[in-house]
Amino acid sequence: MLAWTIYLSFGGALLESLLPKSKPGLARVLALLVAVAGLTVAVAGYAGGFAQGRITVTDLAWVPSMGIRYTLAADGISRVLLLLTGLASVAGVLFSWNIELRTKQFFAFYLALIGGVYGVFLSYDLFLLFVFYEIAIVPKYFIIAIWGSTRREYGAMKLALYSFVGSAMVLIGLLASYATAGAHSTGLVDLAHAGLSTPFQMWCFPLVFVGFAILAGMWPFHTWAPTGHVAAPTAASMLLAGVVMKLGAYGCLRVAMGLYPHGLDPWGFTLLGLGSWRDVFAVLAIIGIVYGALVALAQTDFKFVIGYSSVSHMGFVLLGLMTLNQIGLTGAVLQMFSHGVIAGLLFAIVGRIVYERTHTRQFADLEKMHLGRRMPFAAWAFVIAGMASMGLPGFSGFVAELQILVGSWRAAPWWAITAGIGIVIGVAYTWRALQKAFFADGLPTAHELEAERSHPFAPITWAEVSGVSLLVAATLVVGVYPRLLLDQIEPAVKTFLAGGVQ
Amino acid sequence: MNYYELFRATLPETVLELAALLVLIVDLGLLRKAGVRTRSVSAAFLGVIGCGVAVWAVSIAPALHFGSTLLLTVGGTAGVAQCSILILTGITLLLLVDCIFTRNPGEYVAVVLMAAAGGLLIAAAQDLLVIFTGLELLSVSLYILAAFAKKSAASAEGALKYYLFGGMSAAFLLFGFSYLYGLSASTSLPQVVLGVSIASLNGGVALVSVALVMIAVGLGFKVAAVPFHFWAPDTYEGAPAPAAAFIASVSKVASFALLISIGTALMPGHAAAQSWSLILAVLAAASMILGNLAALAQTSVRRLVAYSAIAHAGYILLGLAYFKADGRSAQAILYYILTYALTTIGTFGVVSAVERGTGNDSIGNFAGLHRRNPVLAAVLLVLFLSLAGIPPLVGFWAKFNLFAAVLMAGGGIAPFALVALAVAFSAVSLYYYLQVLKQAYVAAPAHDTKIKAGPITMLVLVAIALAVIALGVFPAYLQNWIAGFYPAM
Repeated sequence: MLAWTIYLSFGGALLESLLPKSKPGLARVLALLVAVAGLTVAVAGYAGGFAQGRITVTDLAWVPSMGIRYTLAADGISRVLLLLTGLASVAGVLFSWNIELRTKQFFAFYLALIGGVYGVFLSYDLFLLFVFYEIAIVPKYFIIAIWGSTRREYGAMKLALYSFVGSAMVLIGLLASYATAGAHSTGLVDLAHAGLSTPFQMWCFPLVFVGFAILAGMWPFHTWAPTGHVAAPTAASMLLAGVVMKLGAYGCLRVAMGLYPHGLDPWGFTLLGLGSWRDVFAVLAIIGIVYGALVALAQTDFKFVIGYSSVSHMGFVLLGLMTLNQIGLTGAVLQMFSHGVIAGLLFAIVGRIVYERTHTRQFADLEKMHLGRRMPFAAWAFVIAGMASMGLPGFSGFVAELQILVGSWRAAPWWAITAGIGIVIGVAYTWRALQKAFFADGLPTAHELEAERSHPFAPITWAEVSGVSLLVAATLVVGVYPRLLLDQIEPAVKTFLAGGVQ
Repeated sequence: MNYYELFRATLPETVLELAALLVLIVDLGLLRKAGVRTRSVSAAFLGVIGCGVAVWAVSIAPALHFGSTLLLTVGGTAGVAQCSILILTGITLLLLVDCIFTRNPGEYVAVVLMAAAGGLLIAAAQDLLVIFTGLELLSVSLYILAAFAKKSAASAEGALKYYLFGGMSAAFLLFGFSYLYGLSASTSLPQVVLGVSIASLNGGVALVSVALVMIAVGLGFKVAAVPFHFWAPDTYEGAPAPAAAFIASVSKVASFALLISIGTALMPGHAAAQSWSLILAVLAAASMILGNLAALAQTSVRRLVAYSAIAHAGYILLGLAYFKADGRSAQAILYYILTYALTTIGTFGVVSAVERGTGNDSIGNFAGLHRRNPVLAAVLLVLFLSLAGIPPLVGFWAKFNLFAAVLMAGGGIAPFALVALAVAFSAVSLYYYLQVLKQAYVAAPAHDTKIKAGPITMLVLVAIALAVIALGVFPAYLQNWIAGFYPAM
């Protein structure tokens, strides 16, 4: 049944492109229906997946002569990420309700992107996974280049090329593994059983890991992320930060770590205190956490703060992966979900609710607008989203980051300590953004009050309220009752650690 | 061999020549007073029918022997290449219908059919003399086609360059062939290979290498591999669009089929095979690097396509450099060149429609194509993304198949490094393809007037785009069709 998430999205994209140009309203409704249907299927699939391991959804021969199969399957990790994709896609459509330019094309690209994302999370054949992974690249480019803002063509091209370079690295690894394993199959399970030699895994692992990690925003390959997020229209920023970066992290976990577990073994020597690829990537993840947070602290553009905060939060995911223990990996998967929801919420508030009314994202300008008073809904929403982003208890981010910290403490205490510093800086930049954008000091002058009265902001629409409610509810529910997700993540991680993807 | 056998074995070529004569008779005789358009339509359709009959003829023609030596083979690589040459020729002829660049469409179609006959000969030839004759028939026809827009200076320039380089490279090829004949006292490909192997065992390695380099020069010119590529951008730019499409597709298929025959005949592990592999690997690497980098700087879409063609030739040469005679390599190469040729024909169709609507083929003229003609823009999107190797389009599948075959055939670090280079450069290629697509989809149009293309052109282009998608989503069909020509292993 879960396979319908893919078919619905691609079918929706096709329908959108066939709609008449003169009916933007119809295009919106159709997109919402498709997204909601996808979410419904994802929720139903999730609900039906408790206490079950990996469920094979579809398994057909695709290219028999090369052993490539159309295998869709989902374990607990996949199901959580499908749920996230469903939530993000519905919220994204709600926050794109005001797109007037080439509406049907926008939603066609949007749904094609969503379909690709669903496909990656469901694929259990490496070739198929790669196909879906690349399908997600092209719509991103056009969504940003056509509907974006600030330096959109630069941001879009940078994003497309970074993604494509990353996927080229993955493709090299895929070809090498396929040929080395005897060219019988590209199934993830078959490749994991193929007995790839440790030296082979030693060089193939970093290649594939970095290839995917580029899309996960790993320092120093993260530079596409802030420019891309800022240039993108709101819905695309939400998807980029919300699910596309998760594609990268998911690839790191499922493909790189699943197929080449020996790539994480010690090298047998140390270089600058690093003794294995695991150390290398953990250090890069930690640098990402701290660096992203520090740079976010120095931004003058509201959206850049969120863009860099994504780099920092994704650093936690990668760090969680490198702990290689149950609690750390569980935290990493939970953090993927949590960051997907929270980043979506933050981008929606900044890019849609605030920017569409103020037409500026500069703190210097926002400070003079007294948004806390004039836009109470946005202010409250951002306070909640900010608290979630800081990782306060009661929100999903708290559970996730706590688990990652515990996991990394067990792996190496100094990882946890340095990452903890990142959390503290995270509180600082969120606080700073909150204060500058919404609660700046100074009372308005009589002249300003007059201007405010004559040019009131457009009222908050139903689409915005429902989008914010959906995402806030998601982070709160998971924060209050994390077992809802953990019950599915934990067994999947346990199986994963016990024997790769087998 | 008697004349009846000769007739039966060369039935496809004969059909094409007869069709060419028929086209001339109809065009110059019956339709003498008719308008150019009517004559174009009738010539093109007669040509297409000729190609269709020739496809049938390919399926029944037997192999041709002279005594015990094989001159023309059937089935396998030859069968696939011949069928695809005919089909692709038919498609390029259909593009002629809406593209008036000459007052003599009948002559144009006749020359195209003769060129296709040359292509059929090369694809099946197993003898140096037949190879050379076929190549010359193809090449001379192509020179004429490139120059067919008589009023265009660019066409004349492109054709002259093509002719000068072509003549020179033919001389090199013949020179190389004469060495091979001297070494082996035979012109039959298997015997030549045998003779060459014996000669290289007896200390003739240097002479063999010289001969192979000469042949690589000659064939490198045909497939536009660096450093023998100089004609390509000018010819692609100057030649009339259907002729350029023909040069970029059919002639490439025929030349690569010939290279596959050579690769299959070579004995793996021998000194000759090793130096051949080395030569091709060098050409491949140079073509991938220079083709992709030069394409980045182009402002004319035709030149961009020309440089990207050089890069694609590089990828295919990689498949030939690390070649395994078990059929897998040959099938992967044929898959690549077929789908590439189909995509390129479509590209030239779009480019020529835009040229007719806007005056020339500079990238800026594609601005806002999605508003001026949404269907053309969508076709261009599909074709260029396929050329860039984005799944689920056929170009991606072709690349995967080819590179997997390279890795299966050649062990060691060199093939792997070259495949990594090729994959990395396809990431580079996405940049220049996206530059054109960016104009088509993102930039605002200079005028809001529609760009019109004739119904047949549109039909052909949409069919090509759909084929590119369908073959990409269900790659096994084309693969099985190709594999069907080979004896079961």
